[in-house]
Amino acid sequence: MTGMEEIRQTFFEECAEQLDELETGLLAIQDGSADSETVNAVFRAVHSVKGGAGAFNLDTLVGFAHTFESVLDLVRSDRLETSEQVVSVLLRSSDVLADLVTAARDETAHNAAAVAEVSMALEALLGDTSSGSGSSAEDELDGLMGDFGFEPVQVSLDDLIGPQGDNRFRILFKPNRDLYARANESMVLIREVLSLGSGEVVCDMSRLPDLDALDSEEAYLSWGITLETNASRGAIEEIFEFVDEECELTIEDLNETEDEPASEDVDREVSELLAMLSAGASDGSNSDDDETDFDFASVGMGIETDPEPEEDFDEPGFAAPAAIETKHEPVAAPAARKPVEAEAGPKDAGEAGDDKKAGAPPSTTIRVDLERVDRLIDLVGELVIHQVMLSQSAQKAGINSSSEVILGFEDLEMLTRQIQDSVMAIRAQAVKSVFQKLPRLVREVCAATGKDVRLTTEGEYTEVDKTVIERLSDPLTHMIRNAIDHGIESPEDRIKAGKPPVGNICVSAAHRSGRIVIEISDDGAGIDRQRVRAIAVNKGLIPAGANLSDDEIDNLIFLPGFSTREKASELSGRGVGMDVVKRSIQALGGRVSISSQLGKGSTFVLSLPLTLAVLDGMIVSTGDNTLVLPLTAVLETLKPNSGDIREVLDGASVIRVRERFIPVIDVARQLGFTTTPSDAREGVIVLVESETGAGQALLFDAIQGQRQVVIKSLEANYGRIEGVSAATILGDGRVALILDVDALTTSNRLDAPSYNPFSVAAE
Amino acid sequence: MKTILTIDDSRTMREMLRRTLQDAGFGVIQAEDGVDGVEKLAGSQPNVIITDVNMPRMDGLTFIETVRKDPANRGIPILVLTTESDAEKKARAKNAGATGWIVKPFDPEKLVAAINRVAA
Amino acid sequence: MNDHAQNDSHFKRELIAFRIADQEFCVDIKSVREIRGYVPATPLPKTPSYVAGVINLRGTVLPVMDLGLRMGLKAITPTPRSVIMVVKIGSQLFGLLVDAVSDIVSVTEEDIQVNPDVTNDRSRSFVSGLMALDQRMIAIIEASSILPEGLAEAA
Repeated sequence: MTGMEEIRQTFFEECAEQLDELETGLLAIQDGSADSETVNAVFRAVHSVKGGAGAFNLDTLVGFAHTFESVLDLVRSDRLETSEQVVSVLLRSSDVLADLVTAARDETAHNAAAVAEVSMALEALLGDTSSGSGSSAEDELDGLMGDFGFEPVQVSLDDLIGPQGDNRFRILFKPNRDLYARANESMVLIREVLSLGSGEVVCDMSRLPDLDALDSEEAYLSWGITLETNASRGAIEEIFEFVDEECELTIEDLNETEDEPASEDVDREVSELLAMLSAGASDGSNSDDDETDFDFASVGMGIETDPEPEEDFDEPGFAAPAAIETKHEPVAAPAARKPVEAEAGPKDAGEAGDDKKAGAPPSTTIRVDLERVDRLIDLVGELVIHQVMLSQSAQKAGINSSSEVILGFEDLEMLTRQIQDSVMAIRAQAVKSVFQKLPRLVREVCAATGKDVRLTTEGEYTEVDKTVIERLSDPLTHMIRNAIDHGIESPEDRIKAGKPPVGNICVSAAHRSGRIVIEISDDGAGIDRQRVRAIAVNKGLIPAGANLSDDEIDNLIFLPGFSTREKASELSGRGVGMDVVKRSIQALGGRVSISSQLGKGSTFVLSLPLTLAVLDGMIVSTGDNTLVLPLTAVLETLKPNSGDIREVLDGASVIRVRERFIPVIDVARQLGFTTTPSDAREGVIVLVESETGAGQALLFDAIQGQRQVVIKSLEANYGRIEGVSAATILGDGRVALILDVDALTTSNRLDAPSYNPFSVAAE
Repeated sequence: MKTILTIDDSRTMREMLRRTLQDAGFGVIQAEDGVDGVEKLAGSQPNVIITDVNMPRMDGLTFIETVRKDPANRGIPILVLTTESDAEKKARAKNAGATGWIVKPFDPEKLVAAINRVAA
Repeated sequence: MNDHAQNDSHFKRELIAFRIADQEFCVDIKSVREIRGYVPATPLPKTPSYVAGVINLRGTVLPVMDLGLRMGLKAITPTPRSVIMVVKIGSQLFGLLVDAVSDIVSVTEEDIQVNPDVTNDRSRSFVSGLMALDQRMIAIIEASSILPEGLAEAA
């Protein structure tokens, strides 16, 4: 049973893949980029799910998949057009199929109402084209539903070896050439017949022509078999199941047809049979057979099947007497294993495969335990650190910078970087896995909001670290929800605005300067800045008279507690706002920005690191502490003129940057490293992006440089520390903390709300 | 020992075939689609081939036609594995050169019986 | 390994004995992964005073606790003899900064006096037993009790 469990697991893994394939294909059909192979792949996906489900008696799944498949079969054979409405039913069906698979896997209840509803929609599509042959539909289902069905089921094994004994059958078996062309073998079939009991076989070679006239692919021989058996007629018929159209087969029940008990005189029967056979053969065209001396060469064979029947039948002498054996060798094997046509070879197979151009060749992949990859990444991280340490010691030792040692270190540095990049690439995955979930999300949100949206995705093969992918799903989901719920207008409003009723959302991914950039753009209403501003004022997020740029207003939607909807909608009003999105993106070392045009739509841009294993950092110091700032957070650095700094209170200060005062965050003090305020005039200011999009100024003693650092978790052995996102190990082997800029600036805002940048606008 | 070449794009089905056949004492060679099947066939001499019909790259019927074009392979019995049991589809399989068929989901005993009916 | 172990027929525990100021303590050797010389730690912000910071242990960021402060004694003043004992509790690794490691002792349960009523209140909560060894008095510490508050349940 464990074997079955394993297969079951394989089945569900495979289902997941098939469902992905299905959805991808249906979406291609929807946007018109599908070709016939796409349709085939879609059909195959559902078919495959059905096939496996049948083996596990998942009847609901089989039933639904079957209906679904029947509709896809119509699409495949061009009997059903993929109108928008049809595709929508197909997409909903794929959702239901996915739900049924999940329910089957987890052995939980499925949503019967949804299944029934979508099934009806599918049936309706089937009904529309009912003029076409319902073909595969119903007769096929019987075989799949319930326990292992073997269709056509004629007899059970019990019937084959029934206790009620001696049936006697007379079987006439006259194959035609097609039987051999399909690699059936008369010998094998006869052997199987004899395995049911015991009997005699007579071969009729009367139609064998001269050697010169012999067509090696023609069937000249026929057989008469007298069988004594416990088996029924059905068991015999089943043996000939595959060849019922490639032979003439007569099965006569001698017990029924003969009143008197079966004669011992087998010879008489045989000659009767042969007479019949020859009668059938006499109208054959081999006219010049006068010279053949084996008109009725008959072979009588009494065979007990129990002792090694196979060997008996494998002997060439079985089919023909010795005289023929030498003369007409091929007769014994009319299936002609000898080469006849030379033009076809295995190469055709390859070409045929290419012709299908069904996409990429199968990729050669291996599955590796993630832990092994991470171990490798750790080790390479160590290598990088040691390489830096070594070159630093070499420099400290005063080795000439043009010496071979130093040049060697430079090569080593390049190599280690390359190794690091290659190792990182192992963890990289295409964003496809996240993008794939979006169409369903869009459908669901549309259904809930009554909007109509077409989703397009671009760059789904853009790769990024697995961890980033895993943590991208939630924010992206929320942004799409938001775009439909708040961005896209209702179809009526769109028509009023002179737009097509169906809204568009495009999600794209691309690599840009060492980061992955994901854009979510919609052609909805755009941000109504007046309204956003009014709401922000209402909620006390900004002072009534605040002087804000368009950009700053747009970014207000990322403030905690901001929601532009007066009444929270079912979907995006769950208290999860864009602030959470922004925070989770920032936790990944990413940034979100927004641009919007009233009436035209909005575009959100996420910029994320390609990996969470390394980070481009700015190395800064304050007191004895060396700290790392993620370079992505840094807007600019400046050495303040004393005139730009203004003391506020309690040692705190603000700095004037381009006509605006920005509060200075004394990082050492903020982190509790010291209680004495540092003098901003003595240090350096790093302007970082803060939550509001406005700058915040971080004060350090000095900037040491920029470097890629390996990210080490603090949480593994200690726990989360506010203001610190992780740690790294510097070239000198010491640990440096990586600052969590968001937390630093947020806690500043909470600690000192009077420093709200909007409250101190310079003239 | 008789060797069976199984061709199916479904991992699940391949596994079920493999287990069933191995339990019945057959050797098993696996292929994932028609193209793979042709390649695997070139390096082996199976006694019977069992192939799925709906497969990417090269479907089962094309596979059978391809195999039958090679005179050396004309005598290899090919059973089609299918959920499609109606006459029309069987006829298409036969026209392509299939020896017989097995209806999915299969019963292990019936599978073995079907093989015995075609394997020399 | 130790004279005192010879006449014991019962289960023996091996303990690592170490010094903080003029007091001797020991922990079960099974919880100690390694002992390494003192290196300056990078301080962590907003942590209790006994958290000395983090050090680089072959690529792992290892939090280090000043066991003196943790036990409510005085802070360890690092000297060349100071050591960091790397202990593993659950899945967490951390370092314990002590003045010096003295030796490894092998004892049976009979040698250990449980529920001692000595030492100050703070360290009492860490001490599970006491034993007398020659002229020495050694307090046994359960490593799992040393984890910083709020992290213990995660171990």
